[in-house]
Amino acid sequence: MSLRNSAFRRSLRIGVIATALTAVLATAACGGTTRGGQDGAGDATGQATGQADPNAPIKEGLKIAFLPKQVNNPYFTVSDNGGKTAVEELKGEYKEVGPSEANASSQVSYINTLSQQGTDVIVTSANDPNAICGALNDARKAGAKVVTFDSDTKPECRDAFVNQVTAEGIAENQVKLISEQIGGAGKIAVLSATPNATNQNAWIELMKKELTKPEYSKIELVTTAYGNDDDQKSFQETQGLLRSYPDLKGIISPTTVGVAAAARYLSGSEFKGKVALTGLGTPNQMRAFVKDGTVKAFALWSPADLGYLAAHVGASLASGRITGAEGEKFTAGKLGDYTIGKDGTIVLGPPTVFDASNIDQFDF
Amino acid sequence: MAHDTLYAHPEAPAPEPGARRAGALWRALFTRWDTWVVIVLAVVVVGAGASVDGFAGPRNTQFLLMDIVAIALIALPMTLIVITGEIDLSVASTLGLCSAVMGQLWVAGLPLELIVVLVVVLGAVLGVVNGVFVTKFGLPSLAVTIGTLAAYRGLSFVVLGDQAVADFPRQWTDAASSTIGGSPVPWSVLIAVVLAVAFAVVLHWTPFGRSLYAMGNNAEAATFAGVSVNRAKFWLFVASGAVAGLAGVYWTLRYASARADNGSGLELAVVAAVLLGGVSIFGGRGTLLGVLAGVLLLGSLRNALQLADVPADTLNVVTGALLITSVVVPNVVGMARSWLRQRRHQRG
Repeated sequence: MSLRNSAFRRSLRIGVIATALTAVLATAACGGTTRGGQDGAGDATGQATGQADPNAPIKEGLKIAFLPKQVNNPYFTVSDNGGKTAVEELKGEYKEVGPSEANASSQVSYINTLSQQGTDVIVTSANDPNAICGALNDARKAGAKVVTFDSDTKPECRDAFVNQVTAEGIAENQVKLISEQIGGAGKIAVLSATPNATNQNAWIELMKKELTKPEYSKIELVTTAYGNDDDQKSFQETQGLLRSYPDLKGIISPTTVGVAAAARYLSGSEFKGKVALTGLGTPNQMRAFVKDGTVKAFALWSPADLGYLAAHVGASLASGRITGAEGEKFTAGKLGDYTIGKDGTIVLGPPTVFDASNIDQFDF
Repeated sequence: MAHDTLYAHPEAPAPEPGARRAGALWRALFTRWDTWVVIVLAVVVVGAGASVDGFAGPRNTQFLLMDIVAIALIALPMTLIVITGEIDLSVASTLGLCSAVMGQLWVAGLPLELIVVLVVVLGAVLGVVNGVFVTKFGLPSLAVTIGTLAAYRGLSFVVLGDQAVADFPRQWTDAASSTIGGSPVPWSVLIAVVLAVAFAVVLHWTPFGRSLYAMGNNAEAATFAGVSVNRAKFWLFVASGAVAGLAGVYWTLRYASARADNGSGLELAVVAAVLLGGVSIFGGRGTLLGVLAGVLLLGSLRNALQLADVPADTLNVVTGALLITSVVVPNVVGMARSWLRQRRHQRG
């Protein structure tokens, strides 16, 4: 007994010493590093140097790899297949790799692998704007060009960012669609995602600004409801909106979950065809509601075009046609001409509007 | 490898001097699971080096080592816990919660040196919760730590939501991935090695360590032999939490990002590595050397397969299959042995 106890006491003592050591080690580098005390700013902006040669031919056999947030995610499967089409047109080698769960650390390990394999272009959508930065810059030092799409990293970690759409583009588009559908006058409401969803909040603010334009003076935005990107909650919130505002003319739901749930509620209610609904949705989710007359038109960017453009940007970077500097121009196959904007950002274009006339041409 | 005594049967770290003939020594060595793990590890490394482009070379070595440091750290206390017949599945969530809290404390303006200490202490406290439920209330650790796996991860989202805190100072984040001199070995590996030595000493060269095997083989018998089972297990859970907290600090700095979902799913890799390293899931058997070889084997295999463009889902299947193999094989071997022994007995 006493032996066990003394043994135990000894191990306890070891534990205490170890803890103390850790504390000492941790404070050893003292001086007290606090936030804002000194900054990590002054990062070498990894922005491209060197001259772009707009007439340089696209190199053949470029190894172009797509690294989505997550593999087997329908959205990225479509966008990456768009990229594949472009890579094949450009006679490159296409590859898609990625983690099965959308987290940043596993993306890092894939970036390292791609860099180790001597990949020429890494096209990625970042799970975390910071966490994959170090790995991307390592890959760039090893000679790879990095293009982000859908979700950007910090600008100093990539050569170019292909943005699906600008916030202004979405706000303009959504307000225009609802105005057309309610005849330019009446009360409207917004069904959003969560109250702190960054994208949605930015879009709603811009929609409010858009609504101050004279052509929309007869439209009144009465409230914003939050469906938390949950199908059932969005469904109930739609119901609640129509109960609270019986004279509501239209709903904008700039989230794919919300717009589909709202459409489902409307299509089964007395308001079908009377209350207009638009928003951001995918053609596959919305097809039935467009066909049964609940929804006239809604919008989204085309994920396939996004991937297609990103692959073209990557190939142009790797061939020296562009460097990612503002103002450079290039052609992206079937999508036509683009100009690089501030911070190496390229905007795909205005959202695609889907209605009964074109919805069957899309499958995503 | 089947252990046939119920009582303390530590895997002797060193054979009794001069007592055995060389042949018996070799046979003893090659019937050990961890010897085979080391051999398989060598085969995988050499094989991958020869056949997979980009596997050999300092750059990939650095990537590989940085990917497994967190797993190696957490696997150390996990080894001791599994040897006592318990398990801690909450480690990855502890890492995530510690990372989230680290982010919030940094936003609150505390000095990073203090934050590191606080976060490790927080990890220890989270371990205390596990320890109390397991030892004071006598609940099975599997159930308790599945509960805290969910609870701690949930809490980390309460703390930080889906935001990320990423403005840690460059010197700190660079330090987390910097290497020793011109070698491909990251500094963080050194921390893991120091801790590994400490845990190995405790496990293999102290009476406390040996008592853990006794508990794993038969907790009741160990109690009668004077081992305070609950107290030992309690402290192991505390150690596990503290090390997971330390791993959380490393993770946050390495990826320069404090997030609530940091390290999610890592417990699978840790448990797989521990079992692959020859620790019996039923307790009572295993060595730290074997576990470290298991961590390296799993890491090298994943890295090599990734370089060979094997898709992520297949990689998960491989991890799962290895986990099951490492549980099944020792049992099958044990059963075959006792069957052979029985037959020999019947004949004789």
